[in-house]
Amino acid sequence: MAKLPAKEEMLQYKYNVPATDWMNTPVDFKPGTFCYGAKSKNLQIVGLPNARDWSPSDADWKLPENWQEIILEGMAERLSKYRSFRLFMDVCVRCGACADKCHFYMGSGDPKNMPVLRAELLRSVYKRYFTTSGKLFGHLVGARDLTEDVLKEWWYYFFQCTECRRCSVFCPYGIDQAEITIMGRELLNLLGLNIEWIAGPVANCYIKGNHVGMEPQGIVSNVEFMCEDIETITGKVIKPSFNRKGAEILFVVPSGDLFAEPGIYTCMGYLMLFEQLGLDYTLSTYASEGGNFGFFTSNEMAKRLNAKIYAEAKRLGVKWILGGECGHMWRVINQYMETWHGPADFLEEPVSPITGTKFTNAKSTKMVHITEFTADLIYHNKIKLDPSRNDHLRVTFHDSCNPTRAMGLMEEPRYIIKHVCNHFYEMPEETIREKTLCCGSGSGLNAGENMELRLRGGFPRANAVKHVRDNHGVNVLANVCAVDRAALPSLMDYWVSGVDVMGVHELLGNALVMDGEIERTLDLRLQPLPGKGVDSDV
Amino acid sequence: MKIWSSLLAVVALALIAWWGVEVFHLTALFGVVLPYAAFTLLVVGIIIRVVRWGKSPIPFRITTTCGQQQSLPWIKQNKIENPSTTWGVIVRMALEILFFRSLLRNTKTERRGEKLAFGSTQWLWLGALVFHWSMLIIVIRHLRYVMDPVPVVVQSIEALDGFLQMGVPVLYLTDLFIVASLTYLFLRRVLIPQVRYISQAVDYFPLFLLLGIAGSGILMRYVFRVDIFSVKEFAMNLVAFTPQISSEIGAIFYIHLFLVCSLAVYFPWSKLMHAGGIFMSPTRNLANNSRIVRHINPWNYEVKTHSYAEYEDEFRDKMRKVGLPLEKE
Repeated sequence: MAKLPAKEEMLQYKYNVPATDWMNTPVDFKPGTFCYGAKSKNLQIVGLPNARDWSPSDADWKLPENWQEIILEGMAERLSKYRSFRLFMDVCVRCGACADKCHFYMGSGDPKNMPVLRAELLRSVYKRYFTTSGKLFGHLVGARDLTEDVLKEWWYYFFQCTECRRCSVFCPYGIDQAEITIMGRELLNLLGLNIEWIAGPVANCYIKGNHVGMEPQGIVSNVEFMCEDIETITGKVIKPSFNRKGAEILFVVPSGDLFAEPGIYTCMGYLMLFEQLGLDYTLSTYASEGGNFGFFTSNEMAKRLNAKIYAEAKRLGVKWILGGECGHMWRVINQYMETWHGPADFLEEPVSPITGTKFTNAKSTKMVHITEFTADLIYHNKIKLDPSRNDHLRVTFHDSCNPTRAMGLMEEPRYIIKHVCNHFYEMPEETIREKTLCCGSGSGLNAGENMELRLRGGFPRANAVKHVRDNHGVNVLANVCAVDRAALPSLMDYWVSGVDVMGVHELLGNALVMDGEIERTLDLRLQPLPGKGVDSDV
Repeated sequence: MKIWSSLLAVVALALIAWWGVEVFHLTALFGVVLPYAAFTLLVVGIIIRVVRWGKSPIPFRITTTCGQQQSLPWIKQNKIENPSTTWGVIVRMALEILFFRSLLRNTKTERRGEKLAFGSTQWLWLGALVFHWSMLIIVIRHLRYVMDPVPVVVQSIEALDGFLQMGVPVLYLTDLFIVASLTYLFLRRVLIPQVRYISQAVDYFPLFLLLGIAGSGILMRYVFRVDIFSVKEFAMNLVAFTPQISSEIGAIFYIHLFLVCSLAVYFPWSKLMHAGGIFMSPTRNLANNSRIVRHINPWNYEVKTHSYAEYEDEFRDKMRKVGLPLEKE
């Protein structure tokens, strides 16, 4: 693994452009900025082509003989299947409005991370093989041949895009680099050119039901551990059910919440809330993943992994589905799931059993976001909250890319935070809501070997956090995304020390007053609550 | 190189028209044949492009949401930036097409030492808006040459455009605006290093071509003063499909006309088709209602999945040990 540069060194980049034209500037595979290549066994498990062990830093990528043909046929197929792809290849005027909107460009200064140029990597090949002007005039109209160097450049830069859609917000034609990256990665996957950090979780998820590869007994014991901690904190004994037929609600979380800190604290928050409500719900060990790394591989792979959610809801005979805090999971559920696997006519229109609220905005897909569910509870005064337990926390909220720009979930989490915390501060306007800045690790890029890239991509977000830390003493970065919870702690440690990363339902779990609970002296992390109980030395 | 080749191409086009008319007296070619051919190619080209886009379906509802979704009744939805109804989409698209809403959001990222700063910058938005609106008004003004009597709408737009009442003939503001905005759009491409880096010959060429058209039009109106009645007579005959060659009109008119013809031919096969594409952009023209109404993908196909039965078969013993319910004991 590449050694991480010091902050000063990291910040030595400038927004200059190279002297040579981008088409004649070869890609430099800088250690620390790219991921390991997908292992043969993981591609084989799901039957993806050209499975072999390979390394991106090798000269020979072990491509099949007819790789150009495969790519060009793949492009033709996708141009005929996706209007977005064909249109976005055709209509860009290179106005440059997107150029400085990408967090990877902002944090690296590499011009090929300007969304317009990243798209041009693919567009130049489209022009060469699919347009008359490109066939006739070549370079003059921005067309170029598909060579192995071009392919490697695609790989390097399509795995330096987190599909966050920020550029799409600013584009006058709504050209979405995420869509172009998705197509680029689909094409690369036709040649077995995935990254291991995506291919591994995909294989895990396919067989075991979740990205992190937990087997059923592992999930049960992890949740039992969480419940033991909840008992220590609240004195309440909780026994969540798994794979239970006839439950009213199937609850699906990103597996990160079942697996490791700090996600498990968010999960404890969910469990405590449901216990307090007496909710008739069940978790599934089979559909134990809300997230979808297949989405970072190909449409087909995404669909194959996502199938488990509806299949399990049907098998268990639940009425509707509730989903946990996760980013790209909600893009997939909002924009893809029912199109793939619907109609969801075996489920009922979701109704909160506590407030009677009909979730009309989910009446067809029948899956409700946990913050929609909880915000409704708070609005109807159905839960008792003591926000003073979070008084030592000064909180800001990071809008995750996908729930924001592919769904529009902005007020729900804020409403909850404002009711469970007394100190909430927004980051600058240009860095939140639809203009939110990515954590730098989304779309399957949260590996270890590309840490420099992640820190660069996360620099703009960290910078905005630093602003509220310095001005308001913010010490908690709240979010509704499992990748955020996994990725932001290292980002904060590097750029903005002293800021913890918490899911919204962890904050809720702290503030939630449960019937018959003992006096709270510990937070969900088993740390003493300042000003509460005898252990406090304040 | 990219800039010079584009400029040369436009100069060459102008020279071709000049030579053709002045030296070779090919007025029939430049005044009749080419305009008909160019207009035909423009219409056919646009149809082909739009039909080709239309033939690719929209498999998924990939709206880019730029505001609060439709959610609980007491949470205020942003019905325009995150529409869930067709009306919302219509307003969103109208703002996008008429006022370049997304471009108006533009910010400029600057790094000062350890800090990133986001300044607001609306110059590109302003330049683009001024250019496109001027272009539209100029096109509408030109309707006076092909319509008799001149519709009141066209007359009032003319009056408005020339309200300064300066000079003879009256100075049209859009003539100033279009040259200024095109010059700005060209200069920012050359002077901003990042924009220059991403620019290609096909980005400069249309700017020069449009400048050529505007320039020749302005010369014709304010400097060479072509005989406006002959022009109208010529144009009326052209649109009535009874073309008549006029020897009264100077070469500058043919240069102007030939550059317009060049633009018409170039338009459908170039990035200028963003004018049509913007209407069809799936991130903007779809309502974000895919949880309310199921969106249908016409090529949705069955995929291989890993069923619960297969899962239970593999993990049955482990599941039994921790007391998980089983389908098959």
